[in-house]
Amino acid sequence: MSLAEGTRPRHIPDRLSGRMGHALRSWELLLLLVGVAIFVANSLLSPYFLSPWNLSDATFNFTEKAMIAFAVAMLIIAGEIDLSVAAIIALASTLMGLALQHGAGTPVLVGVGLLTGLLCGLVNGTLVTRLGLPSIVATIGTMSLYRGISYIVLGDEAFNGYPASFALFGQGYAWWVISWELVIFAVLAVAFGVLLHRTNFGRQVYVIGNNDTAAAFSGVRVQRVKMILFLLTGLMSGVAAVCLTSRLGSTRPSIAQGWELEIVTMVVLGGVSILGGSGSILGVVLAALVMGMVTFGLGLLNVPGIVMSVFIGALLIGVIAIPRLIRLARTGRAA
Amino acid sequence: MNDQSLARAAVLRPPAAGPNPVLRLSGIGKSFPGVRALQDVELALYPGQVTALIGENGAGKSTLVKILTGIYQPDAGRIELDGAPVRFPTALSATQAGVTAIHQETVLFDDLTVVENIFLGHQPRNRFGLLDWGRMTREAKAILDRIGARIDPHVTLRELGIASKHLVAIARALSVEARVVVMDEPTAALSQTEIEELYELVDRLKADGKAILFISHKFDEIFRIADRYTVFRDGQMVEAGLIADVTEDHLVERMVGRSVDTIFPKRHAAIGPEVLAVEGYSHPTEFEDISFTLRRGEILGFYGLVGAGRSEFMQALFGVTKPSRGTVRIGRQAVAIRSPAEAIGHGIVYVPEDRGKQGAIRPLPIVQNVTLPSLGRTSRKGFLRMAEEFALARRYTERLDLRASALDQPVGNLSGGNQQKVVIAKWLATQPRVIILDEPTKGIDVGSKAAVHEFMSELAAEGLSVIMVSSEIPEILGMSDRVIVMREGRLAAEFPREGLTPEMLVRAAAGYGRAA
Amino acid sequence: MSTFLKSREAMLALALVALVALVESRFRGFAAPGNLAAVFNDTSVLMILALGQMLVIMTKCIDLSVAANLALTGMTVALVNAAAPGVPVVALIALAVGLGLLLGAFNGLLVWLLDIPPIVVTLGTLTIYRGVVFVISGGEWINSFEMSPAFTALPRMVILGLPVLSWIALLVVLLVAVLVRLTPLGRAILAVGGNAHAAVYTGISVGFTRFMAFVISGGLAGLCGYLWVSRYAVAYTDVAVGFELDVVAACVIGGVSIAGGIGTVGGAVLGALFLGVIKNALPVAGISPFWQLAISGAAIIVAVALNARAERTKGRIILKSAEHAA
Repeated sequence: MSLAEGTRPRHIPDRLSGRMGHALRSWELLLLLVGVAIFVANSLLSPYFLSPWNLSDATFNFTEKAMIAFAVAMLIIAGEIDLSVAAIIALASTLMGLALQHGAGTPVLVGVGLLTGLLCGLVNGTLVTRLGLPSIVATIGTMSLYRGISYIVLGDEAFNGYPASFALFGQGYAWWVISWELVIFAVLAVAFGVLLHRTNFGRQVYVIGNNDTAAAFSGVRVQRVKMILFLLTGLMSGVAAVCLTSRLGSTRPSIAQGWELEIVTMVVLGGVSILGGSGSILGVVLAALVMGMVTFGLGLLNVPGIVMSVFIGALLIGVIAIPRLIRLARTGRAA
Repeated sequence: MNDQSLARAAVLRPPAAGPNPVLRLSGIGKSFPGVRALQDVELALYPGQVTALIGENGAGKSTLVKILTGIYQPDAGRIELDGAPVRFPTALSATQAGVTAIHQETVLFDDLTVVENIFLGHQPRNRFGLLDWGRMTREAKAILDRIGARIDPHVTLRELGIASKHLVAIARALSVEARVVVMDEPTAALSQTEIEELYELVDRLKADGKAILFISHKFDEIFRIADRYTVFRDGQMVEAGLIADVTEDHLVERMVGRSVDTIFPKRHAAIGPEVLAVEGYSHPTEFEDISFTLRRGEILGFYGLVGAGRSEFMQALFGVTKPSRGTVRIGRQAVAIRSPAEAIGHGIVYVPEDRGKQGAIRPLPIVQNVTLPSLGRTSRKGFLRMAEEFALARRYTERLDLRASALDQPVGNLSGGNQQKVVIAKWLATQPRVIILDEPTKGIDVGSKAAVHEFMSELAAEGLSVIMVSSEIPEILGMSDRVIVMREGRLAAEFPREGLTPEMLVRAAAGYGRAA
Repeated sequence: MSTFLKSREAMLALALVALVALVESRFRGFAAPGNLAAVFNDTSVLMILALGQMLVIMTKCIDLSVAANLALTGMTVALVNAAAPGVPVVALIALAVGLGLLLGAFNGLLVWLLDIPPIVVTLGTLTIYRGVVFVISGGEWINSFEMSPAFTALPRMVILGLPVLSWIALLVVLLVAVLVRLTPLGRAILAVGGNAHAAVYTGISVGFTRFMAFVISGGLAGLCGYLWVSRYAVAYTDVAVGFELDVVAACVIGGVSIAGGIGTVGGAVLGALFLGVIKNALPVAGISPFWQLAISGAAIIVAVALNARAERTKGRIILKSAEHAA
């Protein structure tokens, strides 16, 4: 059959007219359209929206969350989750505050923030990859633990008085209305995009999310990849902690409360399958922009934060439910 | 002869005179997106008789079982019970109509007790509408006694062996006053003695007047217990009749649609120097003291009953699990294999038995499946190079005559045989020295089977060493240069190809003292 | 298996007794019957919610919206009570349970019919329900003076030495025990989490079973909405914020497996009591209440690590010698 001398093997083309790619990209296209629509709606509803400085302010609504969302997206694609990210911010910020009390300067503060993030990621990664705990429960546990430590340290107090040079990360501008935070966001977006879509490591993340047993049987060091993802998520939470602490100029144990939900929402809204195996960084970037603009637009209209969260929650369910409802209605009619 | 003319020429013998069928299916059709699983299917089941359903994998047998048990709904056709049309919109409705099934994989609950497994979904209730555990236990004991099963109804299923689990499944089928019992490859995981016990049970069910649909790939057992047969091919019924009227060769021909004389294309390969030597490999619970050598160009068969520890040993050799003792030498060099990555590095690769879970990554494209273990070669400094990946994937998939529309097609869209080719291509692309094939042709169609055998032969001729784990005696006899038999985690025997008979294999695998 | 589960509950009960004894040894009076009854009473709401959560987790789902459900139903009945003090308390309880059932059913429908992962559904509804509390209350507090005396008195009313709140908790424990042990739905919940694939072949609808688990969890959360608001005689947007994690923690500590199919009523009750004892012992021991979050976090991690170790399924034993050794 196959290899007898003289028979030519049947040719298999590389791609079939990019059919798969279309389906994947259509989600990002939809997000883009939604984003444009919200942008237009905002600019019509509020006369203040289109000012460059207002728009620049609006970016702070998503930059810190999106940094973490990139890493969480990779973690979710690999079939795990980290719900402790906001608590890591709290702990990192608290330890930065402690370092400040002991007279640490800006470089040390940044170092403490990033190191705390890495350490928390290491704990999460150890619980999941070494002890084999389900990540959702393990990180619900560490979420309470990390924030709990912040509460033990701070109680109802706060750390204030961060040095002026430290303010650069959350309050500084690189050029005109472009904040350093926005620059960090953009650099990280590109870096994560390349890491996930253009490297062997990124390929292994997808493979693990689709079938981790087969991945292991194919020589992929599954636990090591997952550990790296938890470390990366911890590190990004540390970066976000530096930015957020710098921006707020103070630390309370309730800092970034509830962010884990917004970050997961951002990731899912970005088209990452909560079940793992698929998703893109571009989608997460677009989702971050959409969510940031919605929050900012509603803010300009004086809608309270908690009502915005209703919108975010509805968005989270809606983006998944609506396509499924349409499919259900279609098959229902066909039957 | 093409398929169409074969289908048209299908001989539909009228059922012999006798009792009326309990269950009759006519004109049944079922399609899935892109696949027509069943088309215009006929089937009749008679009380007190066993009807064997014969067909290759993918012929539509499982779909039919799912329609019979209310898991799937047919798109066309009718089901008649005692001559009256019925519908089975849910699994429960089929059960209530007296149609029950013992499925291929035991679809039972490991953490629940035997009693609960027997009655779950149709538990007896007391006058308050609450579950009547007392009655359940009594009835469970009665049913287990009736089928001669000595099982404590209060233990959880996890504590039982495979054969006992099958008995529980049968007890479950009987707990609903079944009139039709479907048995989907019930002997696949059983030992010879357990199979004999199952035959006795089937005889008892026949005597009780149950209509039995018996699905099997093993012709010896079909001729042992079936009264009638129905052959399926490509989703259509090809032939039905009485077992007494036909021969095995005839059934095989009807099933395959062509004669089967080219199955084992074993070529002579020059056996070279020793490539792999395993010495005293042991594991705390799964295998002990496994030693053997493998030479260049050799196909070494591993035979044994299901559960003899062959797959477990192979997975340890591949680095998935850790042995407690033992050494491996590759060439002359002693190596330690602690992970699949290290095994691959040493040129040992493993095509697992469980293709869906351990082999293919179904949602991902063919190309990504093939290049996964070779990413180090196709990429540069950790960055992917798609052109190299496509080139590598093309080289090996075309060599294996893969049937696919494009290399970026998800592997899950391929047939079982082609999925297996993707998994093998993945390993050949790593240019291994030793390839371990664990049940390489399980669950794939005859055409792909022959292709797998052919390139297995060819690989050996090219100097690759092959270890083939197989439970199919013809495959072992047809392909191996040498055969090792394992029993209960230990080496039981080693035979050269010359003069090896099926009896020798079976006796070694079952243990001389306990041979059937 | 069942003996193992029993031994796990025994272990937990022992740990609980040891904990109480430890506190008692340092601070006399903690283990006095009156104080223990007070601890039990204080843990009632957690216990009720944990039982509902247990049913959901056993079907391999999770309900993170219970605390928001509680806040929304609690605020609703408080608003009704403040606006129309004449409405009898029984009607308000019915309203709370009914609303809770509806909110639970909404989760359940999304999981059942649209097949959306439960964590996504309940993360979403958690924020939605909580936001709606703010919307319907306008961000205002309903304080005790706006509530009718009957409304706030019921949970504290003492019958046979125990407050009604405790009696309700005991009743729920009993009902859930009957549900799990003696009804087809209860067995279906166990089966669905144990092996969803096999459940289909058994004639059990996996989706419907999950739906029902969410409905029950929602109904119990609704009941707790009334109990919480009336007991503390105050309703505001942030009532019981983050309490869903305590509920999950109680389940996990009680040995309910997050992988589904494993869990007992006794375990969930003991898990809740364990957290309740810690919460009540902290002030007695003079430890800042700010420690509580970290302690329950640590407890979750330890408990889930213990669960994972116990659940690690043993491989098939092939060697006869090993079988005898085991």
